[in-house]
Amino acid sequence: MLKTLMRSTALAAALALAPAAALSVALPTPAAAQAQGGDIVVTYKDDIATLDPAIGYDWQNWSIIKSLFSRLMDYTPGTPDLVPSLAESFTVSPDGLTYTFKLRKGVKFTNGREVVPADVKYSIERAVDPKTQGPGAGFFGAIAGFDDFTAGKATGLAGIETPDADTVVFKLSRPDATFLHVLAINFSSIVPKEAVEAAAGDFGKKPVGSGTFVLKEWVIGQKLVFARNPDYFVKGVPHIDSFTIEIGQEPLVALLRLQKGEVDIAGDGIPPAKFLEMSKGPDAKEMIVDGQQLNTGYVTLNTHIKPLDNVKVRQALNMAINKDRIVRIVNGRATPANQPLPPLMPGYDTAYKGYAYDVAKAKELLKEAGYPDGFSTVLYSTNTDPQPRIAQAIQQDLAAVGVKAEIKALAQSNVIAAGGTEGEAPMIWSGGMAWIADFPDPSNFYGPILGCAGAVQGGWNWSWYCNEELQKRAVAADSMSDPAKSAERVEAWKKVFIDVMADAPWIPIFNERRVVAKSKRMGGEPNIYIDPTRVINYDAIFVKN
Amino acid sequence: MLALFARRAVQAALILLGVAAITFVLLYALPADPAVLLAGRNATPATVASIRHQLGLDLPLPVQFWNYLVNLLHGDLGRSFNQKTAVAPLILARLPATLTLMAAGIAIEVAIGLTLGVIAALRRDGVVDRLVMTLSFVGVSTPQFLVALLLLYIFAATLGWFPMSGYGTPAHLVLPAFTLGILGAGWYARVVRSAMIEVLGQDYVRTANAKGLSAPRVVLRHALPNALLPVIAMIGIDIGQFMSGTVVVEAVYGWPGIGQLAWQAIQQVDIPIIMGVTLVSAFAIVLGNLVADLAAPLIDPRIRAA
Repeated sequence: MLKTLMRSTALAAALALAPAAALSVALPTPAAAQAQGGDIVVTYKDDIATLDPAIGYDWQNWSIIKSLFSRLMDYTPGTPDLVPSLAESFTVSPDGLTYTFKLRKGVKFTNGREVVPADVKYSIERAVDPKTQGPGAGFFGAIAGFDDFTAGKATGLAGIETPDADTVVFKLSRPDATFLHVLAINFSSIVPKEAVEAAAGDFGKKPVGSGTFVLKEWVIGQKLVFARNPDYFVKGVPHIDSFTIEIGQEPLVALLRLQKGEVDIAGDGIPPAKFLEMSKGPDAKEMIVDGQQLNTGYVTLNTHIKPLDNVKVRQALNMAINKDRIVRIVNGRATPANQPLPPLMPGYDTAYKGYAYDVAKAKELLKEAGYPDGFSTVLYSTNTDPQPRIAQAIQQDLAAVGVKAEIKALAQSNVIAAGGTEGEAPMIWSGGMAWIADFPDPSNFYGPILGCAGAVQGGWNWSWYCNEELQKRAVAADSMSDPAKSAERVEAWKKVFIDVMADAPWIPIFNERRVVAKSKRMGGEPNIYIDPTRVINYDAIFVKN
Repeated sequence: MLALFARRAVQAALILLGVAAITFVLLYALPADPAVLLAGRNATPATVASIRHQLGLDLPLPVQFWNYLVNLLHGDLGRSFNQKTAVAPLILARLPATLTLMAAGIAIEVAIGLTLGVIAALRRDGVVDRLVMTLSFVGVSTPQFLVALLLLYIFAATLGWFPMSGYGTPAHLVLPAFTLGILGAGWYARVVRSAMIEVLGQDYVRTANAKGLSAPRVVLRHALPNALLPVIAMIGIDIGQFMSGTVVVEAVYGWPGIGQLAWQAIQQVDIPIIMGVTLVSAFAIVLGNLVADLAAPLIDPRIRAA
């Protein structure tokens, strides 16, 4: 069965997918070339939530957890390219159902104990175990025995085996081409059982891992201090000696401190009021980091509600929106979108032009659809700035083609609840809740938000869009786990998303970019401050000499 | 005296029970299921069920309320949705900062307010009086964030005399405490002024003056103590207010107090923290009023007699 095994390096190369061109930024130079040392200060307004990798799931703790722990797989800094990390090598069976990993030898947790295969099994079972109450269990659904374990019929995942001292074998119940990505997300972080048990339910405050940094001090409500792990298994990584996260810092004050040199990274970015001043300043180039994220902001058009069930109406609305104007509302910190996938994502179609802004044509299509005078509908939005302003811009654009949209600006949880209730919300502007991919694979942008499985009570497919034929093609694409077919798979996904646009269940609005402010002494390319898989990449950033 | 204390204590306990009931209802007035909020968007139904069971959300409502009260009495304020950790330690860790700022703020506002109020009363209708009254009017009507940002910009960002943000040294305390103090002083100045004017018109003050006592002695020993009663009541109110209401100042100066925690929790709809802070603030307000009620008879024998 394991006859045509491939070496991990070959697979990693095959997985270094198409979007290198879209990235356009150079990879960080090899570790040795960068300055070592330095203690930096990072500020945030809000507290850091749990650092337990099985539970933490927000954009602040995501990048910290990445650096506290290591996983079998990881990404080349600044890119969506998978590389083995804690795994020294791995193989995939031809049917895509068996993944075999060889662990690196001699890797130690920061409590001094060596990382063994049983830790991998324990950590992933812990992430899946309903008792852990983690949000990431669903990612591991392809592992054999998942249903039995989550239903309480088994005490562990039958699909994870540890045959010898340095081997972990995953048996899947169905092929899952995204499985290597799953092993690279935070929920797959390897934790030592004894430390979890010693923390007695508070592992999130007392994390122990085998990553690049160690938590030295946590003063609740004030600061967290992280020091480099001197025994990290890649020599020369990380580059900085420590980072201190100061919390409770207003973004505006953080920027003043940054300009005075007291702060190195203002984690909350630059408030609009300060953006113009800073971007015109002499040091703007060195201090403002502007990068793309794996995110798309869109308006859902509910295919179960009249007249949005009519594809011509949905296409007409796609032509009615002036996306350039909406981009200006967010100070130009976004790029107009024409398809569901963000440009950084493998499978993004650079040739596709989408529905151009054309009021006359939109009116014509509405007429063809039987609505020459337009219609009335409701547009939901969250109620925090700038989302209601964006909803108003959309409302004005719709009014120009005769569609009267009433805006319902509600708290985020209410909008999510309305979206997941059949027949409730005709249109939703996704801002403030927009899908940010968990990992850089196109399937992550289909299943929950455009696939049939998401069009259920409490689901995230707020268009209630379900195209059986595309669904079949999506499932087929996700079964292509043979690394040799990865290019073919991305191509298949690309076509799925472009065909989705023919049905127009969404109006893609923009891909928001993220802005981080940093001090002049911080070095490195923008893509390690806004890393597509981690936000700030503490392993890669460095202080200039 | 003891009977008064007992009566007040019972009232305070009833008020706190009422607040606990209201915060409990708050949790259930939410449209979204707390278990779903806790679990996140990728959670499996098994996870949601497990959370619901652990939180006791599958129990009848009266049982849940009883459990909630029992937990409260044990100091358990529940677990934060967002930070995924117990709420009580989060609030407890921030208490010292809030108490420090409260004490410093009150000390400054009382010091400034008393001084200005007494001077204004003595120079009634003069230029100084008008100036003080105008300033106090400006003080009470200026938004906190404006003063906070101005002080921060002038004394920290530009002059560099004080740190811009943070906590730990006395230098960190100066700007936030002065922001509270300057703004609060206006109230005290006005109240002290009118109380002093009233007292200065009393017979015993005239007698004291007639006896030939020095002016400072008349003012400080005879008049001022009798004008202090409303100030004590105001301090009681401020204790309660500053425990819950220094949100803006704490946010601007990065002061790690309860207000900052509340502000953050409100933005994140982190209900257990909001509930916890509400309870603690209610407790502080009740306590502050209790202290003021009990301090009044100590200062004024007439109340003691009644």
